[in-house]
This record gives sequence, C-alpha cells and structure tokens, in this order.
Amino acid sequence: MSGVRLLVGTRKGAFVLTADGKRDRWDVNGPFFGGWELYHLKGSPADPNRIYASQSSGWFGQMIQRSNDGGKTWEPVGNKFAYEGVPGTHQWYDGTPHPWEFKRVWHLEPSLTDPDTVYAGVEDAALFRTTDGAQTWSEMPGLREHGSGPQWAPGAGGLCLHTILIDPSNPQRMFIAISAAGAFRTDDGAKTWKPINRGLQSQHIPNPTAEVGHCVHRLAMHRSRPSTLFMQKHWDVMRTDNAGDQWQEVSGNLPTDFGFVIDVHAHEPETIYVVPIKSDSEHYPMDGKLRVYRSRTGGNEWEALTKGLPQENCYVNVLRDAMSVDSLDKCGVYFGTSGGQVYASADAGDTWKAIVENLPPVVSVEVQTLA
Amino acid sequence: MIRVVLPAHLRTLARVGNDEVQVEVSGQPTLGAVLDAIEASYPALRGTIRDCVTDKRRPFIRFFACEQDLSHEAPNTPLPDAVVKGAEPFLVVGATAGG
Repeated sequence: MSGVRLLVGTRKGAFVLTADGKRDRWDVNGPFFGGWELYHLKGSPADPNRIYASQSSGWFGQMIQRSNDGGKTWEPVGNKFAYEGVPGTHQWYDGTPHPWEFKRVWHLEPSLTDPDTVYAGVEDAALFRTTDGAQTWSEMPGLREHGSGPQWAPGAGGLCLHTILIDPSNPQRMFIAISAAGAFRTDDGAKTWKPINRGLQSQHIPNPTAEVGHCVHRLAMHRSRPSTLFMQKHWDVMRTDNAGDQWQEVSGNLPTDFGFVIDVHAHEPETIYVVPIKSDSEHYPMDGKLRVYRSRTGGNEWEALTKGLPQENCYVNVLRDAMSVDSLDKCGVYFGTSGGQVYASADAGDTWKAIVENLPPVVSVEVQTLA
Repeated sequence: MIRVVLPAHLRTLARVGNDEVQVEVSGQPTLGAVLDAIEASYPALRGTIRDCVTDKRRPFIRFFACEQDLSHEAPNTPLPDAVVKGAEPFLVVGATAGG
C-alpha cells in the first residue's frame, strides 16, 4: 500500500512522520539528534531509504548524517567542507569586504538517479557535491567564482545557498538561489553559472534591477516543465517560462507578497502554493490568520485556503524549506511553522489538519511518496 | 591513558554513554596530541571540537584540566602531570551560552 514519510527538521532535532496513503493517522518518530539544529533532511529519489540530514550546532559545528533504512537508524558521515583555493571576500552587512567562511549546510539535494551523489548548499554561499554517499565533499567552485561573488551580501539569516533544483530533462542544467545574491543557472554541469535575475525588482538594494543582490527566498519547479520556475522573493512572487532569462511578477491579488515558501502541485504544473507573511519586519501572517494561498493559473489569481488552519491569534512563520508536496492522488501538501506545528492537506489544500502541534520550531519539511 | 570528559552532545555522537573516555596518546602528551587522539578514537567527533579545515578550537569549546584553563594554549603545550598520570581528567567543555 502506498504511503508517505515526512522528514521534519527543527531547531532541536529531526522527526520522521509516516502515514499510509489516506494520510489520516500519523506515527511520529524522534527526536533524532535532539538538541541540534536540523536545517534540512532529504531522501534520495533513486533510493527512498537513503536519507541525508544536515545537523549543526553553534557549539559543535556541522555534521552530516545518513540513513540507509528510511530514517530508523543514522550514521555520521563526512563533515569537511573546504572551499577550493583562497575563497576571497563577499560583502558584509555594512558593505565592507568579509572573508568567506563556512558556517553550515542549509540544503541537501540528492541526485535524481544516484543515491551516492548529493549536492549541498552552504553558508557562506557555495555549492558542494559528494559522489560517495557523503563520505567526502568537494566544492563546485564555478558558482562562487562566477565573478560577482564580492558583491554578494548576506540576508538576515546569513549568506546562504538554500535552493537547488535539478532539471530532470537535462542533467547539465541546475538552478540555485542565494540570499541575498539571487538566482543562478548552469547549463554545463556546474562548471559555469549565469545570474538569472532579469525582471526582478528589489527596492532594498542600490540598483533595484541589478544583475545580482536580490534576496530570493525560494524557487520551485514542476518536473514536467523544467523551464518554468516559480519564485518567492523577499517581496514579490515571480515566474519565468524561459529558465530564468526573464521573470515576471505574479503576486496578483495576494494580500501581501512577502513570504518564504513556494511549491507546485505534483500533478498540475500551473497550481502553486505560497504562505503570505505580513512583512519582513513582522514575520507572521496577516491579521493572525494562517492562510495558504493557491493559484490554479500559475499566479496572479489566488484563493485563500483556510479550512483547518487557525484563523485567529496565529503569529507563526513558515520558513523557506518548510513546504513540500507528495505525488499521491490527490496531491498532499505539507508545511511546518515556527510554532512547531506541521499541517497536512490530503486534498491539494482544500482542507488542512495539524498532524503534530508542539515540535520545536520547524525549519524544513520534505515528503517522500512511498510505493 | 588520558582520561577525557566530553560534553553530553559529543558523548552521544561518540556513542560512549555517560562515562568519561580514555585515549592513548602516542609521543609527547600535549594539548594537540590529546585532541588528535580523541579524533582518532572517535572519528564522529572530527570537526566538532576543532574546525575540520583550520584545526582551530571552536569558539564555544573550552579545555580545562587541574583547575587550569588550557583553551588558549598552543597545541604543543604539555598536559599537566596529573592528567598524564590519569589522576585528573582532561575536560572538553561546551561553553554555557544562550541565556
């Protein structure tokens, strides 16, 4: 029987939640790595029992954990992330040059075809790869050495590479996003990269239409249309239909277009989800109402989804890696909050239910659809 | 054998329960040598006490022994005799921080 497995990263450990295809009753396992920050966990599309986790701590640094049995047991693997050559400087918050320093792994993106190959997006921003199941990591320096690196500046969370999208139709093409540098694309297997930020407008940088410097919060893609990307920028929801060569705003009737997450329905490439957040100085929903907004038209026309979500006195945030969709029919949608709730919809967002309510603040949510 | 007391999270990572551990130091028993020995005996701890790349002590980690703070001593600093003889442990301490 089909089922789903949710991988939830929190500020104080990881949790693995499982359910059958009805997605009604959930088993909660964890915390794993209690007391550590789990920025991200993700399973291999090629082997769902292979899961990688980024575990970090202000005291003890970065660990990478690997499971070969679907999250039941874990083993620490390689945690050495060394930049290639002399990494130079990026901009600091005050505009002065600041040395590139490794801080943590924000995002792990396993290869679509090889369980031993994983890409890691790190802070300070760079892309790393392992091809031996995370025993060793090597930087893919073409991104950091693209040339604009000295102009990159950290967002409030740090200079983080937080999104990695692999084009399922073209293994040479990948997209990444950095806060606050913007989006980049490679067409040659990560040797060279180009900024893909044309059409973005960001009022908080000196040149609002600059080639780099935009605070991109998240990118999303439907695997059937890899040249169409959706973006939740700091402010503005955007889309491109030519692999990032040009973006247009699709915020439409959203009550606010600030937010962090964005995702695409598993079976409807023009159905997308966001969670509007009031502002960058008030990281909570408008009017105390937690609302997911869904567009069935690829943006611009949005409907509020509220059934089962708190509609009063709710002041949580939903961080950039904390939404995911399964590929069952109907499509399941999941997100986690800074208040420790994980909400699930088994009907593409029409209705919602809190499947856990009192976890530590949730940083990431990934779902695996199991055969 | 050098007795080493690790912070709770590192004991969990090293899978050593609640006990102090003992490591054998080859050659001169120095601060750097005992850290090398800890990492050799418990590879899961590589990078957690010292940075993987720079070998610098992590900022929130301190080293104490015989009521002395050895955190800022050079790696070639000899360990106190009482630690070398096993009468006193070498303490790896996670700094109290966070409110």
